[in-house]
Amino acid sequence: MRWRCWPGQGGTGGRVAPPCAGGSGGSPPRADTALLRTRGLVKVYRADGVVVEALRGVDFELGIGEFVAIMGPSGSGKSTLLHVLGGLEPATRGEIWLRGQRVDSLSTAGWAVLRRRHVGFVFQFFNLLSNMTVADNVELPALLAGATPRQARKRREELLAELGIADKADVAPARLSGGEQQRVALARALANEPSLLLADEPTGNLDSSNTRDVLRLLRRAHAGGQAILMVTHDARVASLADRVINLFDGMVADDAKMVSIPRSANGVADVLELRG
Amino acid sequence: MRQPLLALLAKEPAHGYELKLALEQIFGQAYPSPNIGQIYVTLKRLEQDDLVRSQDVEQATRPNKRVYELTPAGREALRSWVDEPSKGPRVRDEFFIKLVLAPMSGLADRMELMNKQRRHYLGIMRNLTQMQADSDPADTPARLLIEGAILHLQADLDWLERCQEELV
Repeated sequence: MRWRCWPGQGGTGGRVAPPCAGGSGGSPPRADTALLRTRGLVKVYRADGVVVEALRGVDFELGIGEFVAIMGPSGSGKSTLLHVLGGLEPATRGEIWLRGQRVDSLSTAGWAVLRRRHVGFVFQFFNLLSNMTVADNVELPALLAGATPRQARKRREELLAELGIADKADVAPARLSGGEQQRVALARALANEPSLLLADEPTGNLDSSNTRDVLRLLRRAHAGGQAILMVTHDARVASLADRVINLFDGMVADDAKMVSIPRSANGVADVLELRG
Repeated sequence: MRQPLLALLAKEPAHGYELKLALEQIFGQAYPSPNIGQIYVTLKRLEQDDLVRSQDVEQATRPNKRVYELTPAGREALRSWVDEPSKGPRVRDEFFIKLVLAPMSGLADRMELMNKQRRHYLGIMRNLTQMQADSDPADTPARLLIEGAILHLQADLDWLERCQEELV
């Protein structure tokens, strides 16, 4: 269902409503069930006369509740794609649609409002506010989105309990382990029950057992219907996804539904045989 | 199968079925459940090689059982197995040979081959992470074996990425 009703539009400047949009200018096809879509997404960096094409025409979609992992060599554009999709950096060309709304043409403020409500972010280095407590870090997004202090607090309590860090509410983030900080970051990202969770190498800075914990939480969030788009090098994390996209040289080189390899009755014993 | 049996007999003499139970108990689900016939055949060969010896022990209500014990030569063989480093990683990789040669034959595109291989590795990884989630936390050998397989597979995927960077 990739853009099947949006025939080639190259050269029209990318700001034109799709030809099959039903009447009201700028809305996507009526049958559009995708949560997020991009079309011909291009990002060019220019610095000191050097031009770097980080994204060279990315067409991609994410379904409601879908979990997609983005892999690829370093420099292939993975983080750039995530940043552009989350509105942290503007696209140079191309279209981004979120929940049926064209977002790349929104004003900075307009997108910030939309993002606050519908997009959660998790980064490799947690990016928690160091001068606030864990509780305040998690409550802030809800307050910014217009929740009452009571609502924000309730949601924060639920999330911290679910992530097993309820006892850390009044602590400063710097006093927590990496794994705990990432759980706080996850709680903050999920505070507004976003339609979309964007995660950039969320386990990249964690040891094996903390990675397993974060994996378990992501798996649970996904099972609860959370849509996730995640950049990762960690194949364990990627293998949980519904689809894995391989980005190469700023373009989608592979877009594959994940399938399990049939297992035999021997269970773990087969692990011995997997290695040739 | 030879060395594990020698290692178990180094602890104490045992009969075939006890050895099967011991292997299952120690390795949990990490080790293929050994076939009792295979154990008897291996014990017989070890005896022919003079690494173990056996004697029949009478049992009141059942047929005699044959109890095996390690010989000095068996202990020596076990020691040299333990002392010698185990084989390192594979250096020849079938997929790599395919990747290098396939485009010459005009049969496959490298990007396509790598995509196929990556999907396959990720599929295996999915099974392993599932097994890891399902595994009994008390079954340490099984957990470590799964973790080892996961790390190997991650290295294969990282290497695939390197191939992608250099060969495409």
